[in-house]
Amino acid sequence: MKIHVKNGHLIDPANGIDAPRDLFIAAGRIAGIGAVPEGFSANRIIDASGLVVCPGLIDLSARLREPGFEYRATLESEMAAAVAGGVTSLACPPDTDPPLDEPGLVEMLKHRARHPNFAHVYPVGALTLGLAGERLTEMAELHEAGCVAFGQANTPVVDTQVLMRALQYAATFDFPVWLQAQDPYLGKGGVAHDGEVATRLGLPGIPVSAETIALATLMHLARDTGVRIHITRISGAAALEMIVAARAGGIKVSCDVSINHLHLSETDIGYFNPHAHLVPPLRAARDRDALRRGLAEGSINAVCSDHAPVDDDAKQVPFAEAEPGATGLELLLPLTLKWAVEMKLPLGRALARITCDAAGILGIEAGTLSVGATADVCIFDPRGSIKVSRETLKSQGKNTPFLGLEVPGRVRYTLLDGHMVFENGRP
Amino acid sequence: MRLPDAEQLCIALAERMRPGLHPDTALIGIHTGGVWVAERLHAALGLKILLGTMDVSFYRDDFGRTGLHPQLKPSEIPFEVEDRPVIIVDDVLYTGRTLRAAMNEIFDYGRPARIDLAVLVDRGGRELPICARWAAQTMELDRGQNLQLERSDNGKLTLRMVNA
Amino acid sequence: MRNPQLNKNGELQHLLTIDGLPREIITAVLDTAAPFTEVAEREVKKLPLLRGKSVFNLFFESSTRTRTTFEIAAKRLSADVINLNISTSSTSKGETLLDTVDNLSAMQADMFVVRHASSGAPFLISQHLDAMRQEHIHVINAGDGRHAHPTQGLLDMYTIRHYKKDFTKLTVAIVGDVLHSRVARSQINALTTLGVPEVRVIGPKTLLPADVEKLGVRVFHDMRAGLKDVDVVMMLRLQNERMQGALLPSSEEFFKYYGLTPDKLERARPDAIVMHPGPMNRGVEIDSAVADGPHAVILPQVTFGIAVRMAVMAMLAGN
Repeated sequence: MKIHVKNGHLIDPANGIDAPRDLFIAAGRIAGIGAVPEGFSANRIIDASGLVVCPGLIDLSARLREPGFEYRATLESEMAAAVAGGVTSLACPPDTDPPLDEPGLVEMLKHRARHPNFAHVYPVGALTLGLAGERLTEMAELHEAGCVAFGQANTPVVDTQVLMRALQYAATFDFPVWLQAQDPYLGKGGVAHDGEVATRLGLPGIPVSAETIALATLMHLARDTGVRIHITRISGAAALEMIVAARAGGIKVSCDVSINHLHLSETDIGYFNPHAHLVPPLRAARDRDALRRGLAEGSINAVCSDHAPVDDDAKQVPFAEAEPGATGLELLLPLTLKWAVEMKLPLGRALARITCDAAGILGIEAGTLSVGATADVCIFDPRGSIKVSRETLKSQGKNTPFLGLEVPGRVRYTLLDGHMVFENGRP
Repeated sequence: MRLPDAEQLCIALAERMRPGLHPDTALIGIHTGGVWVAERLHAALGLKILLGTMDVSFYRDDFGRTGLHPQLKPSEIPFEVEDRPVIIVDDVLYTGRTLRAAMNEIFDYGRPARIDLAVLVDRGGRELPICARWAAQTMELDRGQNLQLERSDNGKLTLRMVNA
Repeated sequence: MRNPQLNKNGELQHLLTIDGLPREIITAVLDTAAPFTEVAEREVKKLPLLRGKSVFNLFFESSTRTRTTFEIAAKRLSADVINLNISTSSTSKGETLLDTVDNLSAMQADMFVVRHASSGAPFLISQHLDAMRQEHIHVINAGDGRHAHPTQGLLDMYTIRHYKKDFTKLTVAIVGDVLHSRVARSQINALTTLGVPEVRVIGPKTLLPADVEKLGVRVFHDMRAGLKDVDVVMMLRLQNERMQGALLPSSEEFFKYYGLTPDKLERARPDAIVMHPGPMNRGVEIDSAVADGPHAVILPQVTFGIAVRMAVMAMLAGN
């Protein structure tokens, strides 16, 4: 299959391209940019007039809910959501049931995900058995089975000795470790940022120090063990300052933020909206503003959807009892665009955070339109928009605090390995 | 239509009632106009038992349709109702529904010896089998017409016609 | 966002919290409650306002006292009262909170009085009823988690108005475990909305929530300083389970520093009133000499509570 994408505006942050350019795809790879490659004759021509052509998006955290939570979502439903959102590669955290702590489980997941219409799946293996924080997993075996990193999803390792050993062991093989900064005690029982809103609504709070103290521990251990550490879903301004300082002190640390924390704050809990029950919690407006600036400046390396489809039964309960998380695969692009517009950022700089920068953290060859690269491509209408509703979301999870909103950017085509996997011709 | 003088009607009403009174008789005025009339009657008749007042909002049969009236007044019954002759006083007798509510409320204070009704004007249009023992004036009014008793700043009572 | 407790005409549809309630509505409840107080002195302590209506006391957390006051209020309004004590264990058997609500709605309920251990549960119920087009069913929050206890807040305001008349000249102190107290939140919301110029909270830092001053209160950790010249002292109940764990060292130390004793009360104005939502822990948050003393208006609070709850039910049923 040879595809000629013509008249589009090509943005490839990895190569610094932000200009009208045609794109040529052959044999699943990028065959050329601008001029027609020699001997190229297209089977299909896509008219991308008025559209942006960019690398397929990379999502650093998308829960597919397999194995174990098939009542919440399946690979089929969530992969349809991914490609509809222009996402062609995604990392899935290990909090499945059972957790991804055995090579067999990872192989099974990789096997299930091996489908021409499914985005590339990069499992993050469990750092400890059962995520219980007691015994190390067979990280080397898990790596061979396909894990690109090791982490704990939302479950912190309580015992710092176990944590240090896990980091030492991962560092032995130079495996990256992805961890969330959450003190297991300070936020115990908490469901919201320990501030004005939690006080007003009478919700048990999670103080800022629950994040900063855990982060301090992680930074010290990262320095001592030399492990490559990635901090997932930072939530507060103080944590961001610490990461910037740690980096200046020579610690190899990257971090990401979720689309939810980029746009929302504690006040969005409103009258106990269970969709705003997230881990980590939505913090104060000034925290959100710091995260928005940090992502623009690059001190936060990437933004992810933190996709977590939750069934209605688990959300239609009082706020504190509601299962945390929000669906997001289809909102990664729109909410990144919304942030870019509000921050007056060039589109290329914004797209870098969900393409090449995210690929760098994952350590994969993706997120670029370099000639010869895998032809994972997202073509979207930057002037279009989508209405977030239960009807329009393809994910089985309809749980998002953005329900009812109109968000910018409409994906028109998604190509995976040079193969059309999503097509939405109507503007 | 010329309306009768309300102050004159009060005097006339008191004179008609006088022969029917018992030493234990108590008056209960219904908020708001009925209380004004009852005050006049109480003074004119020289009754010793303190005047009772009643806001029948809690007993109205249209609560389900109109909800609770915002400016409720407490009912004040400063005497024992049990075995006492009671006269309900109101300004205008129309459908009779207010009186039904008032009688229900009185029974929640005790079992009176008897209940009579005294009104300034009986304007007809009854929807319940209720009849005033004393009415200073009777007239037939159309449904759309609404007769109201008003009290001016200097305390003078006047009848006024309000067309709905 | 529309206040979920008001209907399209701005009238009270549900009573879920005092936070965000217009001052006129709070005042209307207090005004309406006044004539209801007199009903208790009648031969027949009953009004026909809710005749034929079914009031369901939906208690997901047991509280005999609160349930009883609502039951009396509803019965004095001639409603049929059905008490349901739904322990969390029965809901964990598969029927969800909203299943329970749907079932009772199908039994032609007119009003739900909800007590729940989780903050926000009555909001969930009222939003669900509205979504299911069951707007004729009214919800009254009888205490949800740490969030709100609006009828308690209103009856406290009724009590204060009864003794002090004018809210705009008062200094009021709320003492004790504010962190876990739904009563304190409702009191603070009501007092600030009614224009009380100075609301103080007094307690150790472990029992005061984060950013509590943003609710419009002054924070004191020294009880003697906090009680200086106050007109109203509102004591909070300290739950026994708070004594375990790391919030407080002992009930004795708490009583010494934050218990209301006659000598601490001397710091307040001579005509100060002392309130308590009950049930009291004598010798923990309040000394018996104060609880039974001339400043205490704790029993009138209970009496007024019935009238205020009657007023709320009658207003909701009429809207």
